[in-house]
Amino acid sequence: MSAVKQEANWIEVGQVEDVPRLGARVIKTDDGNIGLFRTAEDEIFALRDECPHKKGPLSQGIVHGKKVTCPLHNWNIQLDSGEAVAPDEGCTASFPIKIEGTTIYIAI
Amino acid sequence: MAEKLVVIGNGMAGIRTVEELLKIDPLVFDITVFGAEPYGNYNRIMLSPVLTGEKEFEEIVTHNDQWYVDNAVSLYKGKEIIEIDRVNRKVIASDGTQAEYDRLLIATGSNPFVIPVPGNDLEGVVTFRDMHDVNTMMDVAKTQKHAVVIGGGLLGLEAANGLMQQGMSVTVVHLMETLMERQLDEAAANMLRTSLEERGLNFLMAAQTEAIIGKDRVEKVRFKDGTEIYADLVVMAVGIRPNMELAKKAGIHCERGIVVSDTLQTFDPRVYAVGECVQHRGMTYGLVAPLFEMAKVCANHLAKHGIGRYEGSVTSTKLKVTGIDLFSAGDFVGDETTDELVFQDKASGVYRKLVVKDNKIQGAVMYGDTIDGTWYFDLLRDETDISDMRKNILFGQAHLGDSGHGEENRIAAMSDSAEICGCNGVCKGDIVKAINDKKLYTLEDVRAHTKASSSCGSCTGLVEAILATTVGGDYSTAPHLKPMCGCTEMTHDEVRAAITNKELKTVRDVMTGLEWKTPDGCAKCRTSLNYYVVCAWPKEGLDDYQSRFINERVHANIQKDGTYSVIPRMWGGGTSPKELRAIADVAEEYGVETVHVTGGQRIGLYGLKKEDLPTIWKKFSDAGMVSGHAYGKALRTVKTCVGKEWCRFGTQDSTHLGVELEKMTWGSWTPHKFKMAASGCPRNCAEATIKDFGVVCVDSGYELHVGGNGGVKVRATDFLCNVKTEDEVLEYAAAFMQLYRQEAHYLERTAPWLERVGLTYVKEQIVENEEYRKELAELFRESQKYMQDDPWAERANGTDKHEFEPIATITIGKTTATA
Ligand SMILES: Cc1cc2nc3c(=O)[nH]c(=O)nc-3n(C[C@H](O)[C@H](O)[C@H](O)COP(=O)(O)OP(=O)(O)OC[C@H]3O[C@@H](n4cnc5c(N)ncnc54)[C@H](O)[C@@H]3O)c2cc1C
Ligand code: SF4
Ligand code: SF4
Ligand code: FES
Repeated sequence: MSAVKQEANWIEVGQVEDVPRLGARVIKTDDGNIGLFRTAEDEIFALRDECPHKKGPLSQGIVHGKKVTCPLHNWNIQLDSGEAVAPDEGCTASFPIKIEGTTIYIAI
Repeated sequence: MAEKLVVIGNGMAGIRTVEELLKIDPLVFDITVFGAEPYGNYNRIMLSPVLTGEKEFEEIVTHNDQWYVDNAVSLYKGKEIIEIDRVNRKVIASDGTQAEYDRLLIATGSNPFVIPVPGNDLEGVVTFRDMHDVNTMMDVAKTQKHAVVIGGGLLGLEAANGLMQQGMSVTVVHLMETLMERQLDEAAANMLRTSLEERGLNFLMAAQTEAIIGKDRVEKVRFKDGTEIYADLVVMAVGIRPNMELAKKAGIHCERGIVVSDTLQTFDPRVYAVGECVQHRGMTYGLVAPLFEMAKVCANHLAKHGIGRYEGSVTSTKLKVTGIDLFSAGDFVGDETTDELVFQDKASGVYRKLVVKDNKIQGAVMYGDTIDGTWYFDLLRDETDISDMRKNILFGQAHLGDSGHGEENRIAAMSDSAEICGCNGVCKGDIVKAINDKKLYTLEDVRAHTKASSSCGSCTGLVEAILATTVGGDYSTAPHLKPMCGCTEMTHDEVRAAITNKELKTVRDVMTGLEWKTPDGCAKCRTSLNYYVVCAWPKEGLDDYQSRFINERVHANIQKDGTYSVIPRMWGGGTSPKELRAIADVAEEYGVETVHVTGGQRIGLYGLKKEDLPTIWKKFSDAGMVSGHAYGKALRTVKTCVGKEWCRFGTQDSTHLGVELEKMTWGSWTPHKFKMAASGCPRNCAEATIKDFGVVCVDSGYELHVGGNGGVKVRATDFLCNVKTEDEVLEYAAAFMQLYRQEAHYLERTAPWLERVGLTYVKEQIVENEEYRKELAELFRESQKYMQDDPWAERANGTDKHEFEPIATITIGKTTATA
């Protein structure tokens, strides 16, 4: 429960250039997939790879601005918060990311 | 500091413009709105159902006080502007309030016309324009009996109907012989009058009002011929005049209205005007649809996104009297150069008339059953050549192959639980509720909130019809020139033309070159743009991987659980033991749950994991099989029967022809999926007449058919022509596909495309113009040189490897996850 432990939790997952610009990659975990997204501005975001609508794999969607469009029924999900863009309502978990040099770390 | 925008008129056009502006950029202006009425903005056209008691005022308020607060718009309600000081750039209200502006927007609407007869200022004489008028009418109706409505137009009839619902005995007085003469011809007007009379309205036709008589308040109305009738209430509904006094006083050029340019600027470029108060290209408007189009262009110009121009509107009208359906659009009278197509069934109260000139619809009047109104209106605005459907057009769209929904089209009769959008499972009740609760105006709004008609789009007509019956009025019809999506004001056609003319060869170039409003577009426009680029520049254009829908990125069909299906190509539906063995091996090795014979004569494997796809494809590749493109907006299958080779009825070798067709066309990208078939004789076992391109072999050669599809809306093909040889079939197929590839909008199948441009047009390009046909066919073959690489073999060899492998695999361990 201590804060110190939380901070030590960064896990290395790969290089920025491993994720295609305006695209995504998948991180497999024993607790379901996480989508790792890269915007045109090279920002990296991580969301649980499940659409709040009907669990569509967001990593397979089209990335634009700071949003991804779910491939199943076209909901738009905000990459920084995991919130669905209005008028749709719902939220998927998002995970903190840090980049050191070109290496991506995720905190889970 | 942001520039200051002042809006005069807190009505439909003004606030719509503000809304559009906020959508583009909420920060460009500090916005201040003055409204003479003491409320937030409300939906004026819904005053009619308020008067009948079908709605409460609160239900029609579209922007309450909170909305102005939330959007940082300062609202001065109940304050009328009495002066515009253009020198010092400020406006002054009757109570002395002032506001300075950098830009000014005049949206003062119009004033009801009051006929100049003695007594027109007596108490109990009202107009029908705002909530105040409605309150007055409803008050009088509580205690008094006799109402006279002067004016038998749209507004007058809605007022009369409302007052009758409030319990009054109502007489409509009209100067002309027939009602609504500006929207209806005599036949429709008489049907309307009969049914209104049946409901209890009285009519005095060809009656000229001479005076309104009374001491303190109105008592009687007298006519030119001397007759008099009792009246406790007189409603003047004889027309409107653009409200331009204020502008005129400020020296702004006015004629019949405030004169504006295509960018909605008045003669002083700092001052804009929208809505009923304006005169544009000599026209004034009294309906909402045009003002919404104006609002959009005006907002764009104010935000300096100056691409849009307003080029005028064609309007259509509906009457909002529950239970009466009438529709009118364009020039419904005609002259010696026009033809009339008329359908009339008096007993069932149905009347339809189309005025046609050179095979194009000029105008329409419908009474009783107006479901096809939007369709005729689209044909009118698109100037579609209707020669091919002329014989059946009066029976409606349902008779042109749009039979999927059949009788269900009768919206009003549908129950709330009737499913409208089969794709997203949305019922009529859901849509009606969303429209009412969320105050939706447009098809786009309904799509966003309910998802109805946002997938395959075949229910669009139904949704529009529900919108029309629920909110009434005309403003539900989508604007004529539809922008591609929210990222641009340009239409599909404009974008395509620019891609060719400006030589834009990547999606990024298009978005930069055409000033896209969003940084990277959206899922809708990116996929379209990518298609347009690839189609226009097959050789050097860059296929943008990230702008393709997932299915086309991984060359497999995503299924609802996120697994994929794999369907290898089987040329013309033929296969071999070797291929079957490869399929069986894969199915066993990867534990495929479902092996299924598809509708296109091939075998599909379902439930595969994405990361296994490349190795599976390798196996198919080794067996000589290629991708079936069952996932793409591309050539799908060529279905065949065994034809002359085996069948006793066969006239030609349809199987061979099918294989040749498939070899020529596979791998090509098209606006939407494209299916073909070749049947060996007119018994048509391969169902060629519901394909995008179908061949029916006959003794003398081959019949070519185009524009069919199965699916949600079954549509049988149109017959294109007969040809003699297989080579000709191939040439026509290539030319037809190329024309479709070049001219249809992305996600438009051949059937709607053909209905939009007309079969005659396609025949002119392909059948009658040999030279152009050959040119199209050559273009097609040329672009195929760059398309016929098997995407599966490429990926089995490592292309786009990242797409199929996770970037990392990590173990969280439940303890940390819950820590
Ligand atoms: C009963 C009724 C039914 C209708 N039905 C339909 C229909 O079915 N379909 C359809 O398409 N159209 C219909 N219309 C027409 C439609 O309502 C108008 O076209 C539309 O409201 C015009 O919008 P506007 O913004 O130009 O004017 P308005 O909506 O009238 O707004 C103008 C506003 O400006 C205010 N104003 C004026 N001068 C000043 C000033 N000097 N200072 C401050 N404020 C000022 C007015 O008080 C008013 O609130 C109907 C109209 C009525 C009255
Ligand atoms: S379409 Fe004609 S040739 Fe082909 S299988 Fe049927 S009957 Fe035989
Ligand atoms: S395969 Fe076609 S018909 Fe069947 S459920 Fe899917 S979309 Fe509907
Ligand atoms: S599952 Fe994502 S939109 Fe339906």
